Amino acid sequence: MEAAKPDNRLSASVVAEAKRARKRRIAMLAPGILTIAVIGIMPLSVVLVYSFLEPGDFGGVSWTPSYDAYVQLLFSEDIFDETLSFTTDYLEIFLRSVSLGLFTTLTCLLVGFPTAYFIATQPPARRNAWLFMITIPFWTNLLIRSFAMLLMLRDQGIVNLALMEIGLVDRPVPMLYTNFAVGLGLVYAYLPFMVLPIYASLEKLDFRLVEASYDLYATRFRVLTRIIIPLAKPGIAAGCILVMIPSLGAYITPVLLGGGKSLMIGNLIELQFGQARNWPFGSAIALVLMVLVMLSLMIYLKSASNRGGAADG
Amino acid sequence: MSDQTAKAAIDIRQTSKIYGNDRATGVVALDQVSLIIRDNEFFTLLGPSGCGKTTLLRLIAGFEQPTQGEILLFGEHLEGLPPYRRPVNTVFQHYALFPHMTVAENIAFGLEMLDRPGDEIGTTVQQVLALVQMQHLAERNTNQLSGGQQQRVALARALAPKPKVLLLDEPLSALDFKLRKEMQVELKRLQSETGITFIFVTHDQEEALTMSDRVAVMRDGLILQVGEPRDIYDHPARRFVADFIGDINILSGRILSRTGSRATVKLAAGVFGEASLPETDESLGGEISLAIRPEQLSLVREPNGHSFPGTIREISYFGSGSDYEVGLNTGEIVTLRLQNRSDVDHAWKVGDMVQVAIAANSMQILAD
Repeated sequence: MEAAKPDNRLSASVVAEAKRARKRRIAMLAPGILTIAVIGIMPLSVVLVYSFLEPGDFGGVSWTPSYDAYVQLLFSEDIFDETLSFTTDYLEIFLRSVSLGLFTTLTCLLVGFPTAYFIATQPPARRNAWLFMITIPFWTNLLIRSFAMLLMLRDQGIVNLALMEIGLVDRPVPMLYTNFAVGLGLVYAYLPFMVLPIYASLEKLDFRLVEASYDLYATRFRVLTRIIIPLAKPGIAAGCILVMIPSLGAYITPVLLGGGKSLMIGNLIELQFGQARNWPFGSAIALVLMVLVMLSLMIYLKSASNRGGAADG
Repeated sequence: MSDQTAKAAIDIRQTSKIYGNDRATGVVALDQVSLIIRDNEFFTLLGPSGCGKTTLLRLIAGFEQPTQGEILLFGEHLEGLPPYRRPVNTVFQHYALFPHMTVAENIAFGLEMLDRPGDEIGTTVQQVLALVQMQHLAERNTNQLSGGQQQRVALARALAPKPKVLLLDEPLSALDFKLRKEMQVELKRLQSETGITFIFVTHDQEEALTMSDRVAVMRDGLILQVGEPRDIYDHPARRFVADFIGDINILSGRILSRTGSRATVKLAAGVFGEASLPETDESLGGEISLAIRPEQLSLVREPNGHSFPGTIREISYFGSGSDYEVGLNTGEIVTLRLQNRSDVDHAWKVGDMVQVAIAANSMQILAD
């Protein structure tokens, strides 16, 4: 019995020490947790709460619970008899944004992959210079870059002047304020987001594998499809996500290059917080967009990990 | 000669490879090399790093184009053919297995690229897996394999399309000693079972002697000597070959007279003897270098007609035998290797005055 006493005291002090260690750990983690709470969770909670309220008369919200904002997405209310009828107006905007996002992502991929491949196959000393050139446009404000694009695409812009000079067309081709211009602007703005991750995975690629497949009767095209692209897949996926998400919610580019003629989700949200003074509706659109993006990401990750698991087993 | 050309698997004619602009400023990796590798032969390119052996392999595989000269595969010119049009496969030094494919998929890759029908691919993959004893690991990922297993997969992958010539670029250098010994036997077995011509590149002289039908010793982009392992070991033509392969004593001497391929020589140490002349017919005369293998020397007490005096300076024991370092009165030092047998009448000690006897027909005159 006597021998047990010091043991108990020992374990008591061990428990106390463990408690202190836990407190210290929490204290050390506090800045990180605080940042995530203040920057991440709080604004999102505000948006979530607002989307379930009624719009205030002069902007802002009135604190009456309601899910009108979500109903409004799919149904329009008749002004006179207050009956609801199904409307595709907002669905069309979503669809337009998604298809423009897909167009941007696909074009970025088609342009970005060869670019990244080119840089990755340069001698190491020259790669940084090429990467530097890819990132240079980032140093200029997106607004300025969009204006530059606007100047190039307008009827008296350099593109149309050049086309007329070489006699391909005799009247300016209307390019500005079309979906084409918006797509082009988005591709230009987000191309580096595609090039950089693909470059990162191609740079890690062991080119001896390319040589080995070449030796095993694979033609250049098959080396690309069977070896290089499968091995660069993580970079391709990251690039697509990084381009798709911001182009879905793009705001400046559609306004400047699309001339506000066709609404995109980004513009629609801005409209609700501005002129339309319907903050709950704006919040609801933003949340729906976020959920859609998250869902598609989750589906992608799930299928990717399934495939990885199958290969492992 | 025409008969030999007909049977040649690979015929390399006056081939040079120069990296850079020209001979003066660039790096000469291969310098007008001519070589015939016979069908169904285990041929080894042996030399130190940078001697051009890997360059020669890459020229045959098609990864590099010769600056000059031509290479024929079973009588057909390879010039301009990309690697994927050459019926030649390579086992790479670091295996280069495709990490996103299983063992079976790796092995099937070459056959798929040749657009073989699916059932044929299936049976060939099974056959080749059995050949390298890897059937049980067919569905594994390549990163779950040990070094030796990866080696076997790399071999199987290269053998599956049944190439006319298999190129092996130092495939055993990453394996540990025991595994390397096993794979040496394995490779030899695979070569005789498949009947495919193997061209094996290595810097390990022991590996080259053990496995090869014939060996080419290379240095600085040149082939110094081609021959069977025994021939190269017993009759090295040049000082470099003698030095590079096995242990050797090089003594100075003088040619007294020559008859055919043999000459009578007098060693500086005082003894007369017969020695082989190198094949490279250079007019050798006056001062020459003579090579004698350590195991061709023995120690005796009393002088005889083929011995010269010396003093034992050092004895290194290594179990089955011992190396004796003997200082001669010319200032030269020779090393000789004796078996440690229990029935020898006495043990030699450091400081003993001895006579070093030379076995008959064991001296080789070296060209530089």
